Amino acid sequence: MSERLTPQLVERVARLARLKLAPDEVERFTGQLQQVLKYVAQLDAVDSRDVEPLAHPLELTNVLRADEPAPGLSREAALANAPRTDGRYFLVPPILDEK
Amino acid sequence: MNATPIIGLEVHVQLLTRTKIFCGCPNRFNPDQPNTQTCPVCLGLPGALPVLNEEAFRLSLRTALALGCRIAPFTKWDRKQYYYPDLPKGYQISQYDLPFSHDGVVEIGGETEGDVPRRLRIRRAHLEEDAGKNLHDESGRGGDSRVDLNRAGTPLLEIVTEPDLGSAADARAFLEDLRLLLTDLEVSDCNMQEGSLRCDANVNVRLALDDGGTATTPIVEIKNLNTFSGVEAAIEHELARQIAEFQRTGRRFGDPGAEKETRGWSAERNETFAQRGKEEASDYRYFPDPDLAPVTVAAEEVARIQERLCEPPGARRRRFAGEHQLSEYDARVIVSQGRQFADYFEAVARACGDAKQAANFVTQDVLRELNARGLGIREFPLTSDVLGGLLARVAQGGITVKSAREIFGELLAAWSARAEAAEDGADVDVGELPGEAAIERIIAERGLAIVNDEGALEAALAAAIADSPRAVEDFRAGKQQAAGAIIGKVMKQVKGADPKRVRELLLKKLA
Ligand SMILES: [Zn+2]
Repeated sequence: MSERLTPQLVERVARLARLKLAPDEVERFTGQLQQVLKYVAQLDAVDSRDVEPLAHPLELTNVLRADEPAPGLSREAALANAPRTDGRYFLVPPILDEK
Repeated sequence: MNATPIIGLEVHVQLLTRTKIFCGCPNRFNPDQPNTQTCPVCLGLPGALPVLNEEAFRLSLRTALALGCRIAPFTKWDRKQYYYPDLPKGYQISQYDLPFSHDGVVEIGGETEGDVPRRLRIRRAHLEEDAGKNLHDESGRGGDSRVDLNRAGTPLLEIVTEPDLGSAADARAFLEDLRLLLTDLEVSDCNMQEGSLRCDANVNVRLALDDGGTATTPIVEIKNLNTFSGVEAAIEHELARQIAEFQRTGRRFGDPGAEKETRGWSAERNETFAQRGKEEASDYRYFPDPDLAPVTVAAEEVARIQERLCEPPGARRRRFAGEHQLSEYDARVIVSQGRQFADYFEAVARACGDAKQAANFVTQDVLRELNARGLGIREFPLTSDVLGGLLARVAQGGITVKSAREIFGELLAAWSARAEAAEDGADVDVGELPGEAAIERIIAERGLAIVNDEGALEAALAAAIADSPRAVEDFRAGKQQAAGAIIGKVMKQVKGADPKRVRELLLKKLA
């Protein structure tokens, strides 16, 4: 790992994911994520200098579909799982940063 | 202070497919029926699997090739992570380090005397999905924002240029040609009002300082420009603002605290304004999307698409100016009407052998009638063969230009009358278009054929002069307009006489 996992980095990633963490959570997750990264870092032992980066785990290409309409969801079904709607739109807290 | 603008554009184009890019939902602008064009894939529901629309990819290849881009033999899909309510998955499927095309070039300008053509390099074009639409509470009371996901998953082609544009006018010229090209290729409807063509502009300025050095101002990205005039005005304004700010603060590109800034454009106030910077906006944490297989493109397929590409608008204007000797203005008007219209002009020009006359008719008479009738050139009742045949008669001296206009109007009037009768239930064939026979009939009925029988003209002229002693006297006394009365008499006598020839003969007689 070139970048050490610090509490600041955990806070930044949480902010990017729109998660609000309490100070004790930052501390706990920093420790847990450090463990995860340490585990994954075992892969660093492999010399991959001459290995092409993998674009996709399966050796599949050109999985395409024809430009044909398929049935979708009714509006009722589309909105069914939303925390809040007005029956036509999804409702979310006011977005500030555009105007 | 000598200032060199440095301008690059990012253009987003919605593609004209029937369905969305990764699912079978309709790709249709439909803001009146929000959230009626969705499915588990474009809503980002768990377990849904996106599959690429082959037509979206084909249209993208066509566009990239028309922009002179190279097509990557292998391309993949990446997730661009950010949180916004119009992005249901929490990431946008896009292309990061292996876009399907790159390194194109187009030419701008060089169409008027002394104007040196400029090259604009295209950095890349990649394919991605559009987001949904947020509607903000406009009441100012801080009410909820509403989200419509009909647009989520619309195929979106992003075209990124290098910062090669040297003026706001060139930026606009490129976009106008791009719109023509995209509609000619039938890749997008480019309806800017509906957001099918949107543009961001990256702008800064290189300044030659009084001390002989140079300075470059910090880059500003102007977001969401959706009119051609808006693009030009926003860039003009931004260039002036940056120069003034540099004179005030001396801040340069690369100085600490002078990171890339995002600004909006207000057409009402005619100025750009600072947008609250998204914190760590560039931290999109791209990674390959495991849900989508990469795409490979064979060289033969590229060659096949390349072969069928239409001529780009700029090249066509230059060819019209050269091959057909059109003015820059005529070439611009004709090409700006789209490919079908320009094809029509070329067919008329070929059929009549007089491109200038064809250009006059097409840019004036045909365009006027299309606009008045709300028709496209494909629905125009006079085929290029018929109009070409009519104008060939003018070119060969068979009828006058004035007569050609009269016949043109008559053919259209007769066609309209038939269409109206059919609407009223009469049994007429509206599919039958005016043809050669109708032209011949009108020429015969109205005696429009130019009479080149000099004997008949001489005789009629002699009679008219004998009959108009007063006019002859006036004319000899220097009243030019007195000739009109005599010419009129000849014209009445010999239907289809060429007034120019009659005047010539008269002047010779009275000299
Ligand atoms: Zn869908």
